[in-house]
Amino acid sequence: MKKLTSLLLAIVLVMACAACGTPDDNQGGADVKSEGVMTYAEYVAAAKESQVVIEAYVQAKQSWWEENGQGKATVYAQDKDGAYYLYNMECSKEDYEKLTPGTKIKVTGFKTEWSGEVEIIDATFEIQSGNYVAPAEDVTSLLGTDTLIDHQNKFVAFKGMTVEAAGKDASGNDVAYLYKWDGSGQEGDDLYFNVSLNGTTYTFTVESYLCDQNTDVYKAVKALNIGDKIDMEGFLYWYEGVNPHITSVKKAN
Amino acid sequence: MREGWKRALSHGTFAIFLAGAMWLLTGCHGREGLKAFEIPEEFDTSGAYEITFWAKNDTNKTQTDIYQQAISDFEKLYPNIKVNIRLYTDYGKIYNDVITNIATNTTPNVCITYPDHIATYLTGTNLVAPLEELFAHEKYGLGGSEIRFDSPKAGEIIPQFLEECSFGGHYYAIPYMRSTEACYINQTYLEALGYTLPEKLTWDFVWEVSEAAMAQDEEGNYKVNGQKVMIPFIYKSTDNMMIQMLKQSNAGYSTAEGELLLFQDTTRQLLYEIAGHAGTGAFSTFKISSYPANFLNAGQCIFAIDSTAGATWMGTDAPLCDISKEKIVEFETAVRVLPQFDPEHPQMISQGPSVCIFNKANPQEVLASWLFAQYLLTNDVQVAYAETEGYVPVTSKAQGAEQYLDYLSRGGEDNTVHYDIKIQATQLLLYNIENTFVTPVFNGSASLRDAAGQLIEATVKSVRRGEEIDDGYFDKLYDDIVSLYRLDQIGGQGEETVSHKAELGPLPPMAIALLCGLALIWGCLILYAALRIIRKRKQTVV
Repeated sequence: MKKLTSLLLAIVLVMACAACGTPDDNQGGADVKSEGVMTYAEYVAAAKESQVVIEAYVQAKQSWWEENGQGKATVYAQDKDGAYYLYNMECSKEDYEKLTPGTKIKVTGFKTEWSGEVEIIDATFEIQSGNYVAPAEDVTSLLGTDTLIDHQNKFVAFKGMTVEAAGKDASGNDVAYLYKWDGSGQEGDDLYFNVSLNGTTYTFTVESYLCDQNTDVYKAVKALNIGDKIDMEGFLYWYEGVNPHITSVKKAN
Repeated sequence: MREGWKRALSHGTFAIFLAGAMWLLTGCHGREGLKAFEIPEEFDTSGAYEITFWAKNDTNKTQTDIYQQAISDFEKLYPNIKVNIRLYTDYGKIYNDVITNIATNTTPNVCITYPDHIATYLTGTNLVAPLEELFAHEKYGLGGSEIRFDSPKAGEIIPQFLEECSFGGHYYAIPYMRSTEACYINQTYLEALGYTLPEKLTWDFVWEVSEAAMAQDEEGNYKVNGQKVMIPFIYKSTDNMMIQMLKQSNAGYSTAEGELLLFQDTTRQLLYEIAGHAGTGAFSTFKISSYPANFLNAGQCIFAIDSTAGATWMGTDAPLCDISKEKIVEFETAVRVLPQFDPEHPQMISQGPSVCIFNKANPQEVLASWLFAQYLLTNDVQVAYAETEGYVPVTSKAQGAEQYLDYLSRGGEDNTVHYDIKIQATQLLLYNIENTFVTPVFNGSASLRDAAGQLIEATVKSVRRGEEIDDGYFDKLYDDIVSLYRLDQIGGQGEETVSHKAELGPLPPMAIALLCGLALIWGCLILYAALRIIRKRKQTVV
């Protein structure tokens, strides 16, 4: 009897554990969307300017600010199929603090495009149970191809790229990075740097709202030398072409 | 351990009580503010002054270099003044940062700004230095005897530009650069559509051509450019769009007394017209689609309205460009005054940076700030900066300088300093200074300006989202925008609000009673604590 009871209890415990964990907790499993929520494929297929409802997991927060008494947050989010850029989403300061990496949110807003960047604007959100942090997907081989854009806004990795000159300093010497795209900025502003692969050069950015001057990546880019081989991670942002927001820079192995 | 925690809690609670009491006693009746600035008799050259300058540039390296050069040259003339620059590319960001820094008394000394923004800063007592006495000061005024550089005289600042810095009975800024808006046109496509570009644009013409450009072939390509994308008419600054359309219609926007006239029938008629063209896809805005220059240069736009200070981004050969070379399309670019309802009497906005000086406790520091601000009006700075974009110098002295006239005469010689579109845009303003206007400045005018633009942005967005646009829609939109920008709280305040902080008057009797009560309680607590300490000491001695 005791054995049977123990067995039953063990079965109940296993079932309880399985029930408690949402599908989202299974890092390898597929996303199961709630009622009325779009899959990533449905989101991609949705017309621009149409209302969209998605569920995704916060991967990083870019900024929070207040306009006319309304807090607004810009967030990089992702599910297991694709990524979303949530621009100026209604968000109180208190809720912003809750948006830690992995937090699941349900977002209702409008799909739009600005300079090639597909994003959700005029959005509201609610926090849900579930957690998922996306691994960096290596898209190095997709650089320069038409399929790269399918990974827009995802957390991605670029491996073995070479640092090229970003511009010149006041003395006419080549430099590895610029403050703002043309060097018109100063410490604390966005950093722009060029990296090449197979003879093609791309401009990458350390977005100062996402990674400010005190972050490791900001310091790492300032320490780059032309010719360095580096690995990078970041979010596959778009502005008139690919313009990744880099969050990590390391010497290539 | 537990005892320690209790003590910490006790001290913490006391600190909170003390802070609360201090706030009650000092904070609830407004801050006293700074003493009004008085010009010192002499500038103290033995003292060292470090001033901060918050500057705005158009994400343009040449402009930031000119600021740096100006600072370096000025510091050589005044070795006891050190200028620290902080660069911005957005007036709104400067405005937000100033507002934030007012609370901590860390405003900059010299700040590039808009008069609308200064009106808000003026709600703090003596926060911004009035400048009229400085202008006229014999030694340190404009062209003053003790100035160490070739300063313009008061009469040499273009009067119209100077007047834009006057409100509330004082001059609170000096103009730094002036620009207006221009319409940059893909003339090649316009002619391909069968139209001839007139010298003077009307709104009807622009709408008509824009609609004509929407024709598509069976594959969904626009016939005029053979591409999948075409937004024939894109406006960068929709607040300017609404303000200028109202002005040209002789309809109200606001009065000098701060009365808000924006939400009226003409505005609604204009919004209906804009909504119609947004509905066909013939019109969009920067906020909704992106920079007009990007679409223009990619052959995806025919009429791009932007500042003359954005001219270096416009056209096939533009020296500055955000899109890749392979996306740029060859076309002939034309520059015109923005569309008009009455082209024989054109009206266009005057805009561009002005410079204000924040008051500080030390009047010598304020005088040092004024000397630097004045240095920004010298020919070297004015001409160099004006040449970076479609800006016009604000002094007749600089406008008439040989170097500047030579620059203007060489339009098209190259695609860098003498880029023809930029120089055409500059000349457009020079020929039309008499046709420019500014909107009244009062506390809240910055919000009203935002609201004017938001009416267009919201309408265009709603159309694109398939919402029904009718009178009910606009009734709600008006209400929403009044509420969003709190316009019901700012209307009709008039000059009083920009010239003085309102006097709060004596404390009400209830507040006095409350404060007296608090003081009595605190007195009792302190007395009790003191008696306990004395008693303990006596016990210890015994």
